[in-house]
Amino acid sequence: MSTKLVVGLDGHSSGERALEFAKTLAAQIGSCELLVVYVIEWSPYSFQTAEENAQRHKRREEEISTAQERVVAPAVKALTDSGLSATGKVRHGNVADTLNDIAKEAGASQIIVARSTESGLSKRIFGSSTANLVMEASVPVTVVN
Amino acid sequence: MTRITQFAASAALLAASAAPALAQEAQSLDQRVNAAFATATGPFVNFIFAPLPFNIMGQPFPWIVMWLVVGAAVFTAYFAFVQFRFFGHAIALVKGDYSDPNDAGEVSHFQALATALSGTVGLGNIAGVAVAVGIGGPGATFWMILAGLLGMASKFTECTLGVKYRNEYPDGTVSGGPMYYISKGFTELGLPGGKILAVLFSVFCILGALGGGNMFQANQAHAQISGIVGEYPGWITGIIFAGVVFAVIVGGVKSIAAVTEKVVPFMGILYVGAALIILLVNYDKIGWAFGQIFAGAFTGLGVAGGFVGALIQGFKRAAFSNEAGVGSAAIAHSAVKTKEPITEGFVSLLEPLIDTVVICTMTALVIVISQQLIVDPATGNYVLNEAGNAIATLDGNSGVALTSAAFGSAIGWFPYVLVIAVVLFAFSTMISWSYYGLKAWTYLFGEGKTTELVFKLIFCVFIVIGAAASLGPVIDFSDAAIFAMAVVNIFCLYFLMKLVRKELASYSARLKSGEIKKFVH
Repeated sequence: MSTKLVVGLDGHSSGERALEFAKTLAAQIGSCELLVVYVIEWSPYSFQTAEENAQRHKRREEEISTAQERVVAPAVKALTDSGLSATGKVRHGNVADTLNDIAKEAGASQIIVARSTESGLSKRIFGSSTANLVMEASVPVTVVN
Repeated sequence: MTRITQFAASAALLAASAAPALAQEAQSLDQRVNAAFATATGPFVNFIFAPLPFNIMGQPFPWIVMWLVVGAAVFTAYFAFVQFRFFGHAIALVKGDYSDPNDAGEVSHFQALATALSGTVGLGNIAGVAVAVGIGGPGATFWMILAGLLGMASKFTECTLGVKYRNEYPDGTVSGGPMYYISKGFTELGLPGGKILAVLFSVFCILGALGGGNMFQANQAHAQISGIVGEYPGWITGIIFAGVVFAVIVGGVKSIAAVTEKVVPFMGILYVGAALIILLVNYDKIGWAFGQIFAGAFTGLGVAGGFVGALIQGFKRAAFSNEAGVGSAAIAHSAVKTKEPITEGFVSLLEPLIDTVVICTMTALVIVISQQLIVDPATGNYVLNEAGNAIATLDGNSGVALTSAAFGSAIGWFPYVLVIAVVLFAFSTMISWSYYGLKAWTYLFGEGKTTELVFKLIFCVFIVIGAAASLGPVIDFSDAAIFAMAVVNIFCLYFLMKLVRKELASYSARLKSGEIKKFVH
């Protein structure tokens, strides 16, 4: 069975560094499968207007296809072009929880993410997604600076 | 929040500077609006509130109140107290225990409930309860709670149908509500007249959106603001409100709506929190207050119409506040992502509980405990005002001003918080109802930019009328319009409820057999 690595992207340039690191690591390991994941921050406990609710399904489809096109597909292509086996996934949810869930589902041995790009008040109150992931993950996490 | 308080502040400034110069002319404008409005809506209001042909305990009894309560009682019996049997399951659904993780990003049960609540938790809870207790005495609270508990079954029935018969369009958007379940459900059962009833419901829904969902809100928001900054013409508040609502529903300024949606729940919590503090401080009077509520419920304690008067007020205000049986919630709940329509029915039955049994009761308890209502020490009965139609209060307050005085007597600065709460509640209710009204409008006239714009403009005009008119005619029309929706909706629910029972039987069997199980998160 080959080793599975989950790479979490956030659509920023820091994500590129995580991808580079994963590529190098995968090459060193040899038989290795990469799962590129983009999580759209979303909470089932947020408040929305009736109109937003009515359009939610449509927006969700749009969000997924945008993330797929702009972030995940190019990353998967870059990996497969360099001869690696890679697949992509876009999910909604809490970034840390969702990455961890996906890693567990896929039986991944490691999660690779970039340092988070969040800033401001919410980070001070709730911590960054990266910090939360490091604290909660059930597999080893590599944070690329 | 900042943006909205700025609006409130500029409203106050504008009012203060404009008031002296415009006062005379404006007074007459307000009066003209009021008179014209009362004449125009009179016959409709009289029909809805017509008494039953026979008296109950010697008191005239509006047939519409009977209609709502009988409806709620029938649904409660027909579904064998579904509101209590599935209460725990409803909580588990809202928590997301039964939500498929692959549906993350879709509308959750919590979101559908929160959206529906932001449409119902509003001035009905603050001003409406004060009206009920002011006229019907503390006893009205008892009947209000009872109506709230029964109303949970009405809400369950209509919201299950709302999801089951919603329209899902190819572009991924959804539209649901009574007009859809009436026409589709009647066709499915092979009954005639579904289309006509759906159209009739839509007409009343538009009137309800303009009445209770709009004018009543504008009116009471104005009363609250002018109570703090001093009297000024209502149309000024109306124009400011109309401007902000216009910016959101026509201009698509999402940030205002987004801010409101986030602040409103906190205002709700703050409101209940403040009420709880007042109750805790006066803990020695809680027993007495409940005593008044029970005694008043069965004797009336001297209010106009005796205990029947208390009952009518309690039932009326509960229905107006939680909208159970009215059909509006079915529109709000129908966007949820679920494979089982009945799950949203379970979730929706929490709505009357939160709205009426918790929040309305808090308001009523605070009003009773703060002793705003004047009691004759000799008889222990409440003293009526000069007109003899309501209980005399310390400062002659009624409606939202009574609630404000009650909170203010315990927490001096709370009336200021209440102004913000009222303005925000009024605003979020208007936004919700503009959507309900729009759905009914597009059901009648078809979807399209121009037809939608026409409705939105009419909606904004009615905000100004509502703020300028005086409370009496506005509250009468608002009640009448919302209850007219319930006439059509409950009538149709009697035919459609067997469809819900089928769903309920199938779902509870699968829940028991373990076919429907929790997702491990």
